[in-house]
Amino acid sequence: MTGSLLDIRNLTFSAGNQTILDRFDLAIYPEEIHALLGANGSGKTTLAYLLMGCEGYVPSAGTVLFAGTDLLPLKIYERAKLGLTLAWQEPARFEGVTVREYLSRGRSEADPKPALVQVGLDPDRYLNRRVDKSLSGGERHRIELASVLSMKPRLAILDEPAAGIDMLSINHIINVIRAIKDHGGAVLLITHQEEVAAIADSASQLCNGRIVYSGDPGHVIEHFRGRTCVRCDGEVCGYVRA
Amino acid sequence: MSELEALTRVLPMVGAEPAILDDERIAHVVGQGHRILSRRSVHGLRLDLEETPEAIVGKMTVQAGVTIEQPIHMCFGLAHPTGSQTIRIDVLVEEKATARVLSHCLFPVATAAQHRMQAMIDIGPGASLTYTEGHYHGPHGGMLVIPHATVKIGKGGRYFSDFSLLSGSVGSLDIDYLVEVEEDGIAELAAKIFAHRSDRITLKEAVMLRGERSRGLIKTRVVLEDEARAEITGITEAYAKGARGHVDCMEIVQGRAQASAIPIVRVFHPEAKVTHEAAIGSVDKKELETLMARGLTPEQAVEMIVSGILR
Repeated sequence: MTGSLLDIRNLTFSAGNQTILDRFDLAIYPEEIHALLGANGSGKTTLAYLLMGCEGYVPSAGTVLFAGTDLLPLKIYERAKLGLTLAWQEPARFEGVTVREYLSRGRSEADPKPALVQVGLDPDRYLNRRVDKSLSGGERHRIELASVLSMKPRLAILDEPAAGIDMLSINHIINVIRAIKDHGGAVLLITHQEEVAAIADSASQLCNGRIVYSGDPGHVIEHFRGRTCVRCDGEVCGYVRA
Repeated sequence: MSELEALTRVLPMVGAEPAILDDERIAHVVGQGHRILSRRSVHGLRLDLEETPEAIVGKMTVQAGVTIEQPIHMCFGLAHPTGSQTIRIDVLVEEKATARVLSHCLFPVATAAQHRMQAMIDIGPGASLTYTEGHYHGPHGGMLVIPHATVKIGKGGRYFSDFSLLSGSVGSLDIDYLVEVEEDGIAELAAKIFAHRSDRITLKEAVMLRGERSRGLIKTRVVLEDEARAEITGITEAYAKGARGHVDCMEIVQGRAQASAIPIVRVFHPEAKVTHEAAIGSVDKKELETLMARGLTPEQAVEMIVSGILR
């Protein structure tokens, strides 16, 4: 495998007196889909916010290189211009903004239709809808993924992309993740859903702010399912020794 | 350039075209100061307006059972930097009549002027009036704009109003609307205001739900920047069985602007219900970060969010 696209080393982040990420290391390679599994509170979403540069998420230690560039001093939009983006677990709602405007991001030349089709939404029905409370949770998630797809990112961080999506539509989500890869992008896939994690090329299990198991997605899923966590002794991930 | 041309050439700024004045199917009034520059009526509509030294005064009547197909355009304004305009008008929409009024208030070069509107609007049983008021002001500010209206909605009547001030700097704006709603009547009041520089905005809207099953909605969206100030008061009172009301106010504050929102809800019947929500603050952080994560600069992101809110 060639050099890593994302190289995280010794990343540490605390909130109050609680350490959320503890000397966290991870490398993601170009065109790789990496699934990150972990129990609630294990630090997955915090990692996503730190990588994207969200307000209030500044690590106390560690480095993050993205395609060789030090990511941490950069603002969100500067990171986005490098090709990094994030789909939030609970996507924001925008009063008055149409799906067409949201997907085009102010670029008149942009054609938002292919991305909508890719997530299984009919452009004729959705382009003039508003990205507001009138959309269901599942519809909003799919539009969020269409927005990510239309960026053709080098690395997309997808935080629970299938949350609220019905089983029949999971395949659309999986297709989007694969489409990002087909466009040459990599994906950091944060998920609880095994059928989604299973499409990854590699996977890790996060517990108490650290990677506790990495490898083939099947093995990591099995490890996660079995709650055989050796690090937190069940306090975080739920495993209780016999 | 004539005064008529000076006013009508800025009609596109409020979404209308000067050609509407030449269309015989479309009723209109154009008033500059206290003079009526142009007017046309259509079948089913009576326009009894006259010029006085102090005001344009009169009455507009939509006759019973008539539906005016095309919107009635009322263009009022000042073509000069200074001046005064007062409009005192009674609007009567008779039983089961329907009309839409597009009111264009145009002050393209005003620097120290006053515009005052005093309206009494009476919507008969089963009648419907949609009243859309768009303001265009130049960049100078310095205006004193005082639109006051009392609206009475009869049994089963409907009133929808939409006030927008999205271009230029107004100076001082003082809106005061009182709406009384009878049995099965509906009142929806929307206002969208973008205030800049040293603009001062006072907006007071009150909906009195007098009749059974009457409905009321007050929805206000205000964006302030620079040194602008706003005080928004939305009042809904419900007096009868089955009456339902809602007050929804959102104000976005940027720069050194300041805003206050005062939702007042009162219920005087155990089977009536009124709800309210009010939010004041900067642009929502999550919305901002989401757009920046798609590559928009902070300025571009704020512009998209604000333009959506004011749509």
